Amino acid sequence: MSLPTSQKPVQTIPEATILFAGDSGDGMQLTGSQFTLATALARNDLATLPDFPAEIRAPAGTTYGVSGFQLRFGSEHVRTPGDEVDLLVAMNPAALKVHLPRVRPEGAIIVNADAFTKRDLELAGYDHNPLENGSLASYRVFEVPLTTMTREALKDSGLNQKEIDRSKNMFALGLALWLYSRPMQPALDWIEQKFGKKPEIRDANIHLLKKGYHFGETTEDFVVRYEVRPARLQPGTYRAIRGAQALAFGLVAASQKSGLPIFYGSYPITPASDILHELSRLKTFGVMTFQAEDEIAAVGAALGASFGGALGVTATSGPGIALKGETLGLAVMTELPLVVINMQRGGPSTGLPTKTEQSDLLQALYGRNGEAPMPVIAASTPGDCFDAAFEACRIALTYMTPVILLADGYLGTGAEPWRIPRTADLPDIPVSFVTKPNHTANGTARFLPYVRDEQTLARPWARPGTPGLEHRLGGLEKQHETGNVSYDPANHEYMTRLRAEKVERVARDLPPTPLFGDPAGDLLVIGWGSTRGSIEAAVQRARERGLKVSSLHLRYLNPLPPDLPEIFARFDRLLVPEINNGQLVRVLRERYLLPFIPLNKIQGLPFRAAEIEQAILDLLA
Amino acid sequence: MADSPKGKKPTLPPGMQPGKKPTLPPQPAGKRKPGSPPGVAAGTTRPVLPPDTGGDGASAHLTRKDFASDQDVRWCPGCGDYAILATVQRLLPELGVPRENIVFISGIGCSSRFPYYMETYGMHSIHGRAPAIATGLKASRPELDVWIITGDGDALSIGGNHLIHILRRNLNVQILLFNNQIYGLTKGQYSPTSEQGKITKSTPYGSIDYPFNPISLALGAHGTFVARTMDRDPKHMKEILRQAHDHPGTGFVEIYQNCNIFNDGAFFPFTEKDTKPERALFIEHNRPLTFANGTRGLRLDGWRLQVIDLQGGDWSIDDCLVYDETSRELSGLIGRMFWEPDLPQPFGVFYREERRTYEDLLHTQIEGLIEKRGRGDLDALLHQGDTWVIED
Repeated sequence: MSLPTSQKPVQTIPEATILFAGDSGDGMQLTGSQFTLATALARNDLATLPDFPAEIRAPAGTTYGVSGFQLRFGSEHVRTPGDEVDLLVAMNPAALKVHLPRVRPEGAIIVNADAFTKRDLELAGYDHNPLENGSLASYRVFEVPLTTMTREALKDSGLNQKEIDRSKNMFALGLALWLYSRPMQPALDWIEQKFGKKPEIRDANIHLLKKGYHFGETTEDFVVRYEVRPARLQPGTYRAIRGAQALAFGLVAASQKSGLPIFYGSYPITPASDILHELSRLKTFGVMTFQAEDEIAAVGAALGASFGGALGVTATSGPGIALKGETLGLAVMTELPLVVINMQRGGPSTGLPTKTEQSDLLQALYGRNGEAPMPVIAASTPGDCFDAAFEACRIALTYMTPVILLADGYLGTGAEPWRIPRTADLPDIPVSFVTKPNHTANGTARFLPYVRDEQTLARPWARPGTPGLEHRLGGLEKQHETGNVSYDPANHEYMTRLRAEKVERVARDLPPTPLFGDPAGDLLVIGWGSTRGSIEAAVQRARERGLKVSSLHLRYLNPLPPDLPEIFARFDRLLVPEINNGQLVRVLRERYLLPFIPLNKIQGLPFRAAEIEQAILDLLA
Repeated sequence: MADSPKGKKPTLPPGMQPGKKPTLPPQPAGKRKPGSPPGVAAGTTRPVLPPDTGGDGASAHLTRKDFASDQDVRWCPGCGDYAILATVQRLLPELGVPRENIVFISGIGCSSRFPYYMETYGMHSIHGRAPAIATGLKASRPELDVWIITGDGDALSIGGNHLIHILRRNLNVQILLFNNQIYGLTKGQYSPTSEQGKITKSTPYGSIDYPFNPISLALGAHGTFVARTMDRDPKHMKEILRQAHDHPGTGFVEIYQNCNIFNDGAFFPFTEKDTKPERALFIEHNRPLTFANGTRGLRLDGWRLQVIDLQGGDWSIDDCLVYDETSRELSGLIGRMFWEPDLPQPFGVFYREERRTYEDLLHTQIEGLIEKRGRGDLDALLHQGDTWVIED
């Protein structure tokens, strides 16, 4: 549709961060995702962060029940969902109370003025009405009687009071779209598709969306509206993608490119369950999903499927990895491919299940009994989860090894525009099952399950059902080549070194480690996982100040890429920000004997770019 | 269950003399349903057999020897495990399953060394987890013939959770639970089937743990085939294992197995010829429940079981309870006869029920969806939902 020509001045801004917040029942996730779609179609780059309560149905109107959706969009590359909020849309006092600290000074706040009754204020824990006591003086507050206007607009709609009140988020969406000069059409299309069969609800939503839009134009409260110009994105077809979705898609892509069906064993755990939800819908890709009785069965079944020649995958969070540890050791010993995804969350123990943390790195690297090395990689953005999942499968199948892929809740639920890859461009993952004996002794052909490929040191994969290759695997130490049980001291040392060497050989395939910024300078910021956006945003800002800062983001945590020492040598100082108490920094210090400087945040929250920027400034001041 | 620790060889009630071995129930070898084809699994077509193995009928040419691996069997001399190994190796050639399709999965414990001695595919996994690993294997490769080898500690202690869940899911596998009522590999601690009062290394003053009855446990977990046999009766064992194999679902078999080092004679009342007729009851579908060479029987007195003397003239075989292995009620009642001083210990098939297997349901669902919607297209999946194009 054509937008009404605005009579109000339009101010062009490079980027904006807005946050929709309300009660769980206020439809804020929906409002946020519709605004995101309009923004994507306006060709801005963007990043989103949904933030919903840990409680499933917290009491309405309380701070526990506040659900939020933060979105940052811009005409330049957007790397994070934003440090500070430019516009907060608060549907009730609780939402205002929870999210006010995130609003920048002079930032805008739109509140549903109807929702500030005595009862609402009490539920939110306000002693005084913040709209009346001057506590919001440093913000630009717009009091909009959302409920009243919604009821007025829909009084002839035929809907009942409850249905009418539930629609008020559409008014808010319309207003926000107007304020940032976003197109209304995507939301109109969505309403048509969603409520096409319920004309009265469809018409009510359309009416309300337009009412909100026109309210912005006609009310005298808003003297200016904003515009964010299209970003220069790489040409291609885009979609919005969440990390959990991207992980599922990456696994399916690896399944297709390797010709192996996925067997996904999983036990429900926050925040990894979303991957199970995604994969369980993809059965037409031959994906087998198994909701196991516990974490141990989930990984055990996946390993059993790998023994049978499938692509065994399991995902969990830190507590689940702890339970899976013994089976991971069995996978190391039996040298079967297995992909293990850890959606990290705050720990230890149950910790902060819905909050993000990078505190399972040392667990991934070392958290098993015995010498049990396995490749460990990490995803860095929601879209990157696709590539990371594909790469984890490639390593597992190429080297016949379990692989740990580290992601986290922030990546899993966060979304960003994603340039959809052409599947024809994805590389094949060659897998060949052995079909013939590989050894002759005394004139008899035999299959020796631990004779290795000279390049990768991978052992051959013989599927049960193949005549003549009957063999036994197990957790007891294996004799070199024959795979028979062996207690021979020299053999144990040899096999331990072989298994370690095999994992080290993964490094031979690795591409050069890319740098963000110049190849040399005063400071190199080294990160891994979901901190990428914050780190690069901070480095970008520091560089704009003229500082000689670059950053490097590690995909491969074990083995570490071979080009790191030479890169480290080109920088005077080395800063390692992590959402933990210092884990990668220990690994790097031990490995390279250089004075890596830690920067740690352990609050269950991602870094704000400003925090890293400040650390850079402090170091280079 | 007896309140006091059981003796190794109970004194027979007065007037009872050991008789000869009871006749084994003639059992029809049921036809095994073929495993569902994996369908969607890429590259999982049935391997073409080399000419000399002759396809599906090939195993007819195989003998016990073909199923023995080149590894030295390392159980203690005199261990009951030897008899089970020999019985399985004798049975397999008769089952008509190509050797390469047979997989033995075990956990940890003496019994779990079993796969190393079998010239088949196998995995000696970790403690208690064999059912989990077997579930992944069987679910993804339904055409394989999967056997789980486990023990009382492995299956009922550390692996108890996996055992109950594989039973309720009803994967078409066999579970051979070697019950010796002791931890052997760790050198003699009481197990979850050890009787209360048992003196072991970890219970010098007697165990206070109440034991599991594995049969009741399996029935409670909705097992579809629940049976018990003993190491000292290879003929009975072979027949029961054959039926467990032929059952299209989880074939659960508890095998009383003598640990001659740490728990010698635990089952002698039921397995040795002087006491077996009086203390062991061989149950059989559609047959009256009798023991002691047909001189005694079991009848129902209300809901209680009563031993009746079939020779005194008061009772005849017509008064005996006729067993029905499809009855949940009877299997529960007879399955709960467990170390009762006044009742014999039952052996045989307690319960049998046809229920669709997990792997069948899994692949039927997948294939049904593919038939309805077509095979998944990755490009289409990636482009699902709202997309937008950025042009050069």
